[in-house]
Amino acid sequence: MKATVLVRPKAGILDPQGEAVERALEHLGFDVSGARVGKVVDLEVSASDEAGARAQVEKMCEQLLANPLIESYEIEFRG
Amino acid sequence: MASPQPRIGVVTYPGSQDDRDALWALAALDADAVPVWHEERELPSLDAVVLPGGFSYGDYLRCGAIARFSPATAAVCEFAASGGLVLGICNGFQILCEAGLLHGSLLRNESLRFVCRDVPLRVERADTPFTSRCEQGQTLVIPVKHGDGRYVPPPDLDPAQVVFRYRANPNGSVDDIAGVCNEAGTVLGLMPHPEHAVDPLLGSADGALVLASLVESARDRALAAA
Repeated sequence: MKATVLVRPKAGILDPQGEAVERALEHLGFDVSGARVGKVVDLEVSASDEAGARAQVEKMCEQLLANPLIESYEIEFRG
Repeated sequence: MASPQPRIGVVTYPGSQDDRDALWALAALDADAVPVWHEERELPSLDAVVLPGGFSYGDYLRCGAIARFSPATAAVCEFAASGGLVLGICNGFQILCEAGLLHGSLLRNESLRFVCRDVPLRVERADTPFTSRCEQGQTLVIPVKHGDGRYVPPPDLDPAQVVFRYRANPNGSVDDIAGVCNEAGTVLGLMPHPEHAVDPLLGSADGALVLASLVESARDRALAAA
């Protein structure tokens, strides 16, 4: 089963990358605010159903993919 | 009669860079400095361990996130759990945070720039095994060189765990924090590199105060155990 993990800096954590991206977008003439930069991890997990896969990917997030102090995560399944 | 040399291990991960400088500096300060390879599941008999700077395992995902799962890190965690002295410098600090031996996290510098320069630090605590040769409030000049050194503490960090603060904050660290220890004071992590400041020829010898404190504390422990 294919999963996508979105890892984001938590609200309140200073994100200088997001700020730099926002400034660059403004420089290009876009009217933007609140840009935040995170990470995407695509992976395939062996599981018979989505609930089983989700349980596994949540463990992966808690143990490695995200740092719970500073990052939140979201899991999506594709096909 | 010469006092015995304490044995201090320095872990080398793939991507470690400052392991040899740490070994050299510790030996210059009269320790028996021994290299420890990252695949070692058991540490040799040691009185202290240093996790050096560098970019362990390429620092993929997050700095220190992969090194945390290395066999040697597991052995260092056991060593720390039994009260052993552990010093993490730069990437070593990041690894200690990822491994949960220290609380907090090190994020991208606020400037987004890699900083490499001497910085003045204030010694907040001189009662740890790593600062016993310093004085509280003393200023030490020790170089930093990192891109991810902005320390973010957990909400419940005890201010008493802050051992060093920047006098001129180079990376946006919360509360100017440059180094923190665990509750027991036996594990210390700091971003500046004391091993690069042990000879006045290189600009400062202030780092030797930190490493000599560690050597002395390790020696005291070795003597107490003997």
